[in-house]
Amino acid sequence: MSTKRVLLTGNHAAAWGARLARPKVVPVYPITPQTPVLELLTEFQAAGEFDAEILTPESEHSVMAACIPASLTGVRVFTATASQGLMLMHEVLHYAVGARAPIVMVNVNRTIGSPWAFWPDQTDSVAQRDTGWIQYYVENAQEALDTVIQAYRVAEGVSIPAMINLDAFYVSHALEPVAIPEQELVDAYLPPYRPAHFLEPGRNESWGNVVTQEMYYRHRRDIGAAMDRVPALAVEADRDWELATGRGWGAIERYRCEGAEIVIVTMGSMCGTARDAVDALREAGVAAGLVKVRLFRPLPSAALRKALAGARDVLVLDRNFSPGVGGVLHQELRAALYGMKSAPQVHGYLAGVGGVNVPPDRIVHFAREARASDAEPEPVWVK
Amino acid sequence: MGQMIDMLCSGHAACPGCMEALSLRHVIAELGPDTVAVIPPSCLAIMAGPQPFSGLRIPVYQPTLESSAAAASGIRRALDVRGRKDTHVVALAGDGGTYDIGFQSLSSAAERNENILYVCFDNEGYMNTGAQKSSSTPHFARTSSTPAGKHSRKKNLTEIMAAHEIPYAATATPGYLDDLLQKVRKAKSMRGLRLITLLVPCLDGWGVPDHFGVGLSRLAVESGVFPLYEVEDGARYKLTGPGKTRPVADYLNVQRRYRDVDEAEVEQLQREVDAGWQRLLEKAKPC
Ligand SMILES: Cc1ncc(C[n+]2csc(CCOP(=O)(O)OP(=O)(O)O)c2C)c(N)n1
Ligand code: SF4
Ligand SMILES: [Mg+2]
Repeated sequence: MSTKRVLLTGNHAAAWGARLARPKVVPVYPITPQTPVLELLTEFQAAGEFDAEILTPESEHSVMAACIPASLTGVRVFTATASQGLMLMHEVLHYAVGARAPIVMVNVNRTIGSPWAFWPDQTDSVAQRDTGWIQYYVENAQEALDTVIQAYRVAEGVSIPAMINLDAFYVSHALEPVAIPEQELVDAYLPPYRPAHFLEPGRNESWGNVVTQEMYYRHRRDIGAAMDRVPALAVEADRDWELATGRGWGAIERYRCEGAEIVIVTMGSMCGTARDAVDALREAGVAAGLVKVRLFRPLPSAALRKALAGARDVLVLDRNFSPGVGGVLHQELRAALYGMKSAPQVHGYLAGVGGVNVPPDRIVHFAREARASDAEPEPVWVK
Repeated sequence: MGQMIDMLCSGHAACPGCMEALSLRHVIAELGPDTVAVIPPSCLAIMAGPQPFSGLRIPVYQPTLESSAAAASGIRRALDVRGRKDTHVVALAGDGGTYDIGFQSLSSAAERNENILYVCFDNEGYMNTGAQKSSSTPHFARTSSTPAGKHSRKKNLTEIMAAHEIPYAATATPGYLDDLLQKVRKAKSMRGLRLITLLVPCLDGWGVPDHFGVGLSRLAVESGVFPLYEVEDGARYKLTGPGKTRPVADYLNVQRRYRDVDEAEVEQLQREVDAGWQRLLEKAKPC
């Protein structure tokens, strides 16, 4: 199968992923640093290369409000946003999950106001963790393209929407060589969307009517059951993609974890930096490894327990901040590992909050520091 | 004009020749130092920042993009409680922040007749994010989200707001500076929700040379694309500028955003402008 190799930013790679997945309705609103996704899709459409209805409503709230019933009308839907846009969607993010609409959305992780800023920070999307969206965090442009396509497989498999998160600028605007797969390859991997239920006269199916307590309870339980199926489905979707393209990413990725005493755990672009830090630590004789969390919702707890078993220390690097708790991944990981026999101690470092730069030598330093101390219950602010 | 108190500092980051910066300078100078401004994300916010500097010599609150009129209402009520009823509260927002995402809160503030001045700096697109279309972008104009030209017409904010029967709604543009200042002065002397739709050519987004902002602002009026007028209480219309003296083509030909319009589209735009003028003349007819 011939594949095109080009230089693309993370945003443009995500737009290519969307194009290849053939969504039919794309409501979208501009916001820095996501706008290039919107712009490239409108260019594709103007050039006759992208057969989708693109609509540009007055706000992100209306973007998501249009996405949901478009999806319920039986077509594949794509959108993209960032930061404030995601915040404004919050009400309708919950609504999308309730409606079981398998929308796929790219979110570019950017600081949220106030005050105004444009830097990479994942607080925007981790703050949506209770909405019920599947969440991926990707590290580079290629992974962004691949994950958009994989996410449709998973989302449509369980009727739950999926969000693919890429860090502002480090991923969204960095140019990297990207392999663009053939349309036929993607078509074979991702068949057209044919839901069992959809809104159409003659079918007498509706959505949103008031329900009883019992029905609501059942509905929430069903959503939970669907979410429970996601980790296995994500692994399977990734394995099939690897068979077709030679590229797999895993639900989590273990890097040099063999015999590791200290394992760094993080998400998004920080993983690339942490990889260099692990190499440097290994070079210096420290048994260090990295676990990259690619699938964050649902959290692949079983896989994480397995991956971290045997380590003495786990160092979580959070590029997000939940005031009053600390780093969200730190909180999640402590919960996931709790009760595990000889569980590692989990150190929570707030590294890179607000987009401050965290170079590899700093991570090396954090790892040495963590190894030499007992884990604090409180998060540690570092730069 | 008298002695102008300059309240916009030099060194802000607007493009050289920006009409929005020029207009901002005059609008806030006319309002004077007893003013609090609300500025949502837009090119104006770039002129107002970045921390630790402030581009304006008056307090500025930067709200979210969708909430300028609500934010201005909150400041207004709080100032009232503190006995500062004469302090002016002005919202300085872009067209995207007004016609689109902020429209719901603006409409609600108008219904409550909040005592604020709302100036919409209308550059007919989302310029701060790289010139995407807004609902103020005119028919057939190219933007980075309408690469083949926009397929629908521009929303008429001034008429919609006049239909809220607010005390004052007016259009203005910096090419007719005396008219603009006269309107700010008049709005300043009134109470309740006052709105000025200020057409500000965007050099970059519209595709014109740096020195041409004022000329283009004048062409917009002379071609009838953007008539200068005011409406009191949604009923009393008054034309305040020169009439329509030029074909629309004169206005279109000088802008890169219209580079691909064909003859039929120019004719259609001419018909739309003519019809708009006719309707406005009807409303402005002395009874
Ligand atoms: C909820 C939300 N969505 C998107 C944005 C991104 N954004 C910042 S400025 C802007 C454009 C605003 O356009 P306009 O109001 O016309 O002002 P201009 O930039 O043209 O001066 C947008 C879309 C935002 N800040 N908040
Ligand atoms: S983009 Fe347009 S409105 Fe914004 S600062 Fe430049 S000239 Fe002014
Ligand atoms: Mg604008």
